[in-house]
Amino acid sequence: MSIETISLSGRKKEVSNKKMTFMESLYLVAIFKGLMITIKHLFTRKVTIKYPEQTRELSPVYRGQHMLMRDDQGRERCTACGLCALSCPAEAITMKAEERKPEEKHLYREEKYASIYEINMLRCIFCGLCEEACPKEAIYLTKSRVMVKSATNREDFIYGKDKLVMPLEMAIKNTPTNAAN
Amino acid sequence: MNEAIIIEKSVIIIAVFALTMLMAMYSTLAERKIAAWLQDRIGPNRAGKGGIFQPLADGLKLFAKEEFVPNTENKFLFFVGPAVSMSAALMTSAVIPWGDKLHLFGRDIILQATDIDVAILYVFGVLSVGVYGIMIGGWASNNKFSLMSAMRAASQMISYEVAMGLSIIALIMMTGTLSLREIAAGQEGMNWNVFYQPVGFLIFLVCSFAETNRTPFDLAECEAELIGGYHTEYSSMKMGFYLFAEYASMFISSTILAVLYFGAYNYPGMNWMEENVGVNIANVIGMLALFAKLCFFIFFYMWVRWTVPRFRYDQLMRLGWKVLIPLSIANIIITGVIILLTE
Repeated sequence: MSIETISLSGRKKEVSNKKMTFMESLYLVAIFKGLMITIKHLFTRKVTIKYPEQTRELSPVYRGQHMLMRDDQGRERCTACGLCALSCPAEAITMKAEERKPEEKHLYREEKYASIYEINMLRCIFCGLCEEACPKEAIYLTKSRVMVKSATNREDFIYGKDKLVMPLEMAIKNTPTNAAN
Repeated sequence: MNEAIIIEKSVIIIAVFALTMLMAMYSTLAERKIAAWLQDRIGPNRAGKGGIFQPLADGLKLFAKEEFVPNTENKFLFFVGPAVSMSAALMTSAVIPWGDKLHLFGRDIILQATDIDVAILYVFGVLSVGVYGIMIGGWASNNKFSLMSAMRAASQMISYEVAMGLSIIALIMMTGTLSLREIAAGQEGMNWNVFYQPVGFLIFLVCSFAETNRTPFDLAECEAELIGGYHTEYSSMKMGFYLFAEYASMFISSTILAVLYFGAYNYPGMNWMEENVGVNIANVIGMLALFAKLCFFIFFYMWVRWTVPRFRYDQLMRLGWKVLIPLSIANIIITGVIILLTE
């Protein structure tokens, strides 16, 4: 077998440039075949998703809005180690660490916490590397469909702790009742 | 008696006019829906149930658009263009027999606006005037692309009118009349002309695609090369008129196809119905039959649009002059020989 005739994919097709016969030059047969193909599509299932009423199923690896987690006693898990900021390829995360005071024991889990934790949502690419880097399981990308709300100035896209930290009720709701106090 | 005829004819004219407009309106929706279905989509479904008010919304939108007039020497012609297109598209419906006759108020009412004995020539004449609308509009737009498109449209119309006329000659030889009414009446039951003139029908079908500027012959409004062609400079309702005229002429040419080749209002068992059930009911069913046939052809126009890509200009001319015209001449000769032999 010569090299020209081998077809590894099995789809190789010899192209011929022969002159069309009279019947072919009328295009009738070809057009009829085409019509049969298109009419088939009239009865196939439509692929459209009627958006506001129906929504597409999210992929299992979907990553939405970030959330700074609390533990089961409602304390912030973040210890401001800065690994998320280090791993962030878009350099969207900044934070400032502070030492926990004795009376703040019920607020923060570790001795050190992030007093400022900001994510610039204009920079963030939702890659999820911060989630992977975090040793304390403090930052997660949620399944929230709302990623970033629109705004008119850039400052509004820098999300601070007020928007990122998990709501307290949510932490308590996930906890067995006896562990709450 | 004269007043009765005037009233009768005006009712028919208004009904036909309204029907043409309504069909043209809903053809736009049908086009979008069928386009969507053929592409596995759903199509417009927000305005009313299943998008039933979409044509009204489109019309409203076009009325609300800015009326733009290019800086041209021929402002008058710019306004005349769409009007000519529209009136040419509407005028053709005057000679179409929508049914045989109704028996109302003790009179026989012929369901045709006017029964002239050269109806086919009239149809051809008016259809050819349609190209003036495009030509004038393209010329007055003061835009080279519009003018190029107008030239294309004109040469295409002229080329395909020859083949169309020749294909009709074979039909006229067979039926021996130029009146659409007699042609329609001659196709009683299932004696449809398409069974006697299949080649003529095919040629006529292809040519009517070209005459109505539909894909695959819509070179005049080729978006890729001519940015929309003759209606590039048109906006608002003048643009709407052009689009509307296209759909109106599509409706009319579907009707003519149905009348000439697909037995017009005839359906099997029409005579039996007339004798046993009554003339009126038989003819109402006849009208519905004609309506169903023309709806099929409108659907066919759209179906072909999403199947066959646009021809290249030289392919178009070759098909017209080198394939269709010889074929229709051969068709005439064969028809003549068969008529001679069977006599």
